[in-house]
Amino acid sequence: MSFVIPKNLEAELDELATHYPVKRSASLMFLHALQEHFGFISNDAAEWTAGKLGLQPIHVYELITFYPMFRQEPIGRTQVKVCRTLSCALAGAAGIREHFCRKLGLDPHAHVPQTTPDGRFTVEFVECLAACGSAPVVLVNESLHECVGKGQADEILARGK
Amino acid sequence: MDSNHDKQIQSLLCYRYTIGQCGTGEKIERKSIESSIAMPQELKLILKHADEPGYGPDIGCYLKHGGYETLKKALKAPGRELPDGKKLSAQEAFRGDVRTSGLRGRGGAGFSAGLKWSFVDRSSGKPIYLICNADESEPGTFKDRQILHKDPHQLIEGMVLSCWANDVKLAYIYIRGEFPEGARLLNRALAEAREKEFLGKNILGTGYDLEIWVHRGAGAYICGEETGLIESLEGKRAYPRIKPPYFPAVLGLYLCPTIVNNVETLCHVKHIAAMGPAEFARLGTPNNTGTRIVSLSGDVQHPGYFEVEVGKVTIGELIFHENFGRGLKPGRQLKAVIPGGSSSKVLKAGEVFSLKRKGADGQMIPVDVPMLDLPYDFDSLQSAGTMSGSGAVIVMDDSRSMVDALANLAEFYAHESCGQCTPCREGALWMAKGLHRLTHGGGRKEDAAYLTHIAQNIQGRTICAFGEAAAWPVLSFVEKFWEEFQARGEADAAARTEAGSGANSNLKPYSYA
Ligand SMILES: Cc1cc2nc3c(=O)[nH]c(=O)nc-3n(C[C@H](O)[C@H](O)[C@H](O)COP(=O)(O)O)c2cc1C
Ligand code: SF4
Ligand code: FES
Repeated sequence: MSFVIPKNLEAELDELATHYPVKRSASLMFLHALQEHFGFISNDAAEWTAGKLGLQPIHVYELITFYPMFRQEPIGRTQVKVCRTLSCALAGAAGIREHFCRKLGLDPHAHVPQTTPDGRFTVEFVECLAACGSAPVVLVNESLHECVGKGQADEILARGK
Repeated sequence: MDSNHDKQIQSLLCYRYTIGQCGTGEKIERKSIESSIAMPQELKLILKHADEPGYGPDIGCYLKHGGYETLKKALKAPGRELPDGKKLSAQEAFRGDVRTSGLRGRGGAGFSAGLKWSFVDRSSGKPIYLICNADESEPGTFKDRQILHKDPHQLIEGMVLSCWANDVKLAYIYIRGEFPEGARLLNRALAEAREKEFLGKNILGTGYDLEIWVHRGAGAYICGEETGLIESLEGKRAYPRIKPPYFPAVLGLYLCPTIVNNVETLCHVKHIAAMGPAEFARLGTPNNTGTRIVSLSGDVQHPGYFEVEVGKVTIGELIFHENFGRGLKPGRQLKAVIPGGSSSKVLKAGEVFSLKRKGADGQMIPVDVPMLDLPYDFDSLQSAGTMSGSGAVIVMDDSRSMVDALANLAEFYAHESCGQCTPCREGALWMAKGLHRLTHGGGRKEDAAYLTHIAQNIQGRTICAFGEAAAWPVLSFVEKFWEEFQARGEADAAARTEAGSGANSNLKPYSYA
């Protein structure tokens, strides 16, 4: 396998595996760490995880295809997740997502995650982010933006990597 | 503020005056009590310090505010002798305290925490696990986030106490994947607690060992359901298990006895230990004890989270009172309230419920209670045919279409069904498709009945309560706003006849990725 995993990441994963009496339990945490490092979960990474935890590859693939946060392909460097659910919808979330899409030349009506051709941004709708009191909310990579208006949306785009 | 709003406030105050609300435990200071009318207001037990300027999530700050003192005391407590001479260990005594405190789960079902603990199979010889449910993903709910981000040590103290009381040596905090910051803060807090010997081997020199680890979810709502959560923690898809036989208290994590409790519930355990079960039970109302954090969102002037005594504040007060929602947007009338997270049945403005209340002679008599006057507690909302669920109140005013609102929720459930049971997997999608048609010009006269028919065929026919969670919004919205759903379908049908096109010619197919 050409797949190389840095020593310190492997050490981190080995430590994670000690948190569980049954190794398989660590698979979600492994996938999070691998996705964080590589940007997505390649087949090599999935099979490496399976080998490491003594599983069949299908045991890992079935997770990647079930849990919405895992992805099998690279996405934009700045990931814009707009909450779609009721409280945010009441506060105008659809308009905010449309604004992002129009500014970035993406299809404002497509419901699937979309990435700009330059690989900078991915825009998608996600379900309730548990911040409904400050709707509409947008999760940009790991930071939450609350009460997002068009002005704030523009700032997010200006700061995007 | 408009006069309509003032009138509504006035009537609420009158109502409160006539019913009369009693005071509360002496040890807890109220912000202000100006008159004999007990002003509906917050009472902060869990969020006492969280929003104070300068209060942080580090252990130094928590210790400065008396943190972990309760744990130190509890671990040193002697056993207890009952009046009948029976001797209880300190752990048994504390489990009894949690039961007599009346604490009910804050995650959704409102089940007695002490009773749940008493179901744990202690005779199997297997290890007992405890899992903190920090998946917080019921739409409308944003209370656990406050605790996790602002006061993680309070949760840890509550967890160590709960684990100690139940002979748990290994526990997990299952936190939703979209809380990366929360997971980081928890990991740091756990490391700090280990360093100070509140966690790890030989806690505070008592010989008690406990480890707590953080486990992150990855964006699936069904991980909040306790058996789905357990599967997910075992490294599998979050497919809920069927009960019986898989009651977590008997066959939970790794098929060992397991306690699953919500973040807020576990924090309350700390307060029960600190103030004693009797004092805790004086907060709130009978059978609805303590405080709870209400998440208020939607069409109110001042959305947010408010910690209140359970049952001491009405839905109307939560929406209109200065201390809470501060009313609707100018010129707007109330239309509907979702009282306990998106899965609870909707309440319609103007509805009146017949509730049993204690009369002057102590007899229970039926009393008509308008929707806005429903006390926000477990039992009143259940009597009103709905539930207080996760404590999330979503308010909608008269500018809102109930068809659009339901379409939004239906899409959520269609996306989040785990897919194990046919009625849920297919039914949730059919409902979402039907509502998509109805909100995109392709409605039919029969759609209201069609939606009800599907929902009725989901509830009660599935492995987990997600089936009900998906069906209840549809059943209640369509029943209570029947004309609106009918009218939308009829208008679409009429428009099509006029245009001479029978089919949904212009309708884009439903697609949800
Ligand atoms: C579909 C579904 C989703 C749920 N989501 C959550 C959740 O996000 N957080 C939570 O604490 N409980 C959730 N629950 C309730 C849990 O199954 C469980 O009852 C609860 O965590 C028990 O804790 P408690 O007794 O302290 O409330 C959910 C239940 C169902 C059926
Ligand atoms: S009811 Fe729905 S979510 Fe629950 S197990 Fe069945 S398919 Fe999965
Ligand atoms: S609905 Fe958007 S954060 Fe809850």
